[in-house]
Amino acid sequence: MTERSARPELGPPQSPMLEIGASVPRADAWAKVIGAEHYAIDHYPLGLLWAGARRAGLAHARLRGVAIEAARALPGVVAVLTAADVPGTNRQGIVHKDQPVLVEDHVRHWGDPVALVLAEDRETLRRALALVEPDLEPLPGVFDIAAALRPDAPTLHPGGNVLLEAEISTGDTASAWDVCAAIVEGTFDLPFQDHGFLETQNGVAQVEPDGILTLTVSTQAPFRDRFEIAHALGLDPLRIRVISPYLGGAFGGKDGATVQCLLALAALHVGGRPVKMVWEREECMIAGYKRHAARLCYRLGALTNGTLHALDCQLYFDTGAYAHLGGEVMELGLEHAGGPYRIAHTRMRGWAVYTNNPIGGAMRGFGVCQASFGFERMLDRLAAALGRDRLDLRRQNALRRGDRNAAGVTLVHSTGLAACLETLSRHPLWLERDRWPDQAPPLKRRGVGVAAVFNAMGYGRGLPDAAIAKIALTPDGRFRVDSAVSDMGQGNASAFAQIAGQILCQRADAIELVQPDTARALPSGSSSAGRTTYSYGNALVRACEALRAKLLHRASLLLMVDEPSGLALLPGRVRHLPTGRDLPLARLAAMLPETDRVSIEQFVMPVSQEVPDTGKAFVIGFPHVLFAYAAHLAYVEIDTLTGKLEVCRYLAVTDGGRVLNPRNFDQQIQGAVAQGIGYALCEELRLQEGRILNPDFARYLLPTSLDVPDIASLAVATVEDTGPFGMKGIGEVGINGPLPAIASAVEAALGRCPSQSPLEPRRLVAEVAAPSASDDAPR
Amino acid sequence: MKIHLILNGTPREMKVAPDRRVVDLLREDLGLTGVKEGCGSGECGTCTILVDGEARLSCLLLAAQLDGCRLTTIEGLAQDGRLHPVQQAFIDQGAVQCGYCTPGMILAAVDLLNRQPHPTREAIRVALSGNLCRCTGYQMIVDAVETAARRMREGEDA
Ligand code: FES
Ligand code: FES
Repeated sequence: MTERSARPELGPPQSPMLEIGASVPRADAWAKVIGAEHYAIDHYPLGLLWAGARRAGLAHARLRGVAIEAARALPGVVAVLTAADVPGTNRQGIVHKDQPVLVEDHVRHWGDPVALVLAEDRETLRRALALVEPDLEPLPGVFDIAAALRPDAPTLHPGGNVLLEAEISTGDTASAWDVCAAIVEGTFDLPFQDHGFLETQNGVAQVEPDGILTLTVSTQAPFRDRFEIAHALGLDPLRIRVISPYLGGAFGGKDGATVQCLLALAALHVGGRPVKMVWEREECMIAGYKRHAARLCYRLGALTNGTLHALDCQLYFDTGAYAHLGGEVMELGLEHAGGPYRIAHTRMRGWAVYTNNPIGGAMRGFGVCQASFGFERMLDRLAAALGRDRLDLRRQNALRRGDRNAAGVTLVHSTGLAACLETLSRHPLWLERDRWPDQAPPLKRRGVGVAAVFNAMGYGRGLPDAAIAKIALTPDGRFRVDSAVSDMGQGNASAFAQIAGQILCQRADAIELVQPDTARALPSGSSSAGRTTYSYGNALVRACEALRAKLLHRASLLLMVDEPSGLALLPGRVRHLPTGRDLPLARLAAMLPETDRVSIEQFVMPVSQEVPDTGKAFVIGFPHVLFAYAAHLAYVEIDTLTGKLEVCRYLAVTDGGRVLNPRNFDQQIQGAVAQGIGYALCEELRLQEGRILNPDFARYLLPTSLDVPDIASLAVATVEDTGPFGMKGIGEVGINGPLPAIASAVEAALGRCPSQSPLEPRRLVAEVAAPSASDDAPR
Repeated sequence: MKIHLILNGTPREMKVAPDRRVVDLLREDLGLTGVKEGCGSGECGTCTILVDGEARLSCLLLAAQLDGCRLTTIEGLAQDGRLHPVQQAFIDQGAVQCGYCTPGMILAAVDLLNRQPHPTREAIRVALSGNLCRCTGYQMIVDAVETAARRMREGEDA
């Protein structure tokens, strides 16, 4: 139990020891429950101006000019800027620099910005934005993948509409099909998904008196942001400072430029005044990045004994108007297209395609979420074709350590899928699965579904996944961690505190966490890709160990003992164990110069030592070597009249290596499953010629507390030797399971399942009505 | 216009534009940035405050409507240096992730527990269904409200 004491002032309770493996409360929880945490959106510097972008409002057009005079003449308007005012390349993008800060002459999607307005207050800004008149000549657009690939399609970019085309293959698919006893096929369509974070994209920017451009932004990649801004605006990246407070959610949607370049541009034009930009919800939906819409075409064959033998698949990703990470998303989808299974012969081809739709970008699950629907539907169909139990077939083919995966890469690190499936198979929810449909009330059908999924960690080959950790002993004898990777809510900052507390043997109140500030921390990559805690955590382990060794050595000088072996770090002090003498850390700190109280160490994630003779089109990304695995189970109930589907029970078994904090682990799993349930059941961007018809929470429905059941989360006891204390990243894998597990349950209930997601009532009603439903449903 | 209100326990008199949104008044004029805005149109619940003890959406309220009211924002919930049991339970039960929904969620829960000290999990889910959370999947939030309800009934001060 937590210790309680009457406190004269509002302050955190007596702080716990930060031990690895314990459910220590999050370091950020206290400030967040009293409303004291300052997110980027809570910054209102004195004398600020408001900035806003005028969006094109057409999905494909030639921009002949922008009439800005009327807006400029409005009292309270400070500036109206267009592409002509952008110094530098006017191009942003994480890998491919193809996205203008302000459109010059070619509008490629509805939310493309054509002008930037600066005003004294928000009301004036709103009125001025309405007065900006873009002169647009509509162009024929491309609004789906097939249209974009037609030879006569209008082209969006000089290189054509294919951003990237690639193939990953192993074995020999040409002859492999002949020996297959069962072959199943399917084509699947998935929509764009919105991240639905609650704090919209925003930030403040200001040119400081010393000429440094400082931004406080809701961002996942403060270090990379400097280079994006510098490239787009022709600035010196080292004269840009980015601060990233705790984020109000992101899930990939704040990886890459949102407000950054616009804010920086604004700040350059107002003589040192601070500028604030906040996207409203509708703008966030229209101009923000999305999970890629996708089409998947699958063919999978197995031998008589159930061994998966041959796979041929084509994955098409709609990356919308600009590349963002479209090529990399496709890469990861393709690398996972064979599922977490051994398949000897594979041919997997992928395309990332430009359209005039909203911009596809990073989102939790990053291409794998889509592919999971394809490969797991195939497994269910194969089980039916072979007359096999769905779980059994998965267990038979599950990847184990030492296997080659479907992309031909040898798994030399922890591979806990078999343990996940084994745990699931012994769980009462699986053992009692037959009771669920048998007890269905009238007019309802019930089913139980399973899915096995995985998700790579890190950037993959070609882009070192590195982090540099910094920890210092403060003058008052506490420890300060300068985090370099943003905490968008996943709790990595708290994990950092826990790591430091464990190694340095300190209580929570002795660890001070500073959120990323490029002027204080050191470059450490983005908060993404399941690599946040793994990479920075590993660097932090080294930094803490080095600092401990150093402090014990310095303490031995002060305590005049021969060598540090009898010294131990304890909360707030160093003790000489043989004599019991204590040296308070504050006193030790007082004796040391600042440079001697700091420790900085780096870590680079291991990459594959194999050089597969495939996937050559990928300059970065392919292959990955570290994966998290999961097995999910869903109980669903479908109303046969309305088609409404309810997820009633849910189990997620995860291999994320060692669990540093069981409660925070469950937080990630439950949150990912909830977001995955939204993806499975209701979330879909409705588009008409590139225009979003549901750009708000009234029409784009996120799961509420009534739509998500209690989720049982179990972890299997694997240890990842390369991870900090044996952990792996689990931020992504949890979202890949719900759609396939729920689809599997729908098929069990109805005898069939739509091949288009989300599994909305209208689609399910159509399945109920179709003839021969519910015959040979899997059990 | 001039309005009188009790804000987080302190009587205040303010000159306001009658059509100023309450969320802007609180965040921008009064610096109470614990009040969050997620949608601006009544759909997410992040801007929830208590008006005369009842949960209301501050993005849909106008300043003029506050005249004579008693307002509680997340900043005013803790009393005498102690967290409200709902706040404490949110920490203890892991109900906080990004925390952006948290102030609104906590105030909606406080409203519920004031009306209904013995809510079932289902009743908690219904009461919070107007407050979106994208991070937690709601389970630990429901756990927290259950815990707070129990502690409040047992007279614990958490
Ligand atoms: S901001 Fe008020 S309900 Fe969303
Ligand atoms: S904790 Fe992030 S939205 Fe609820």
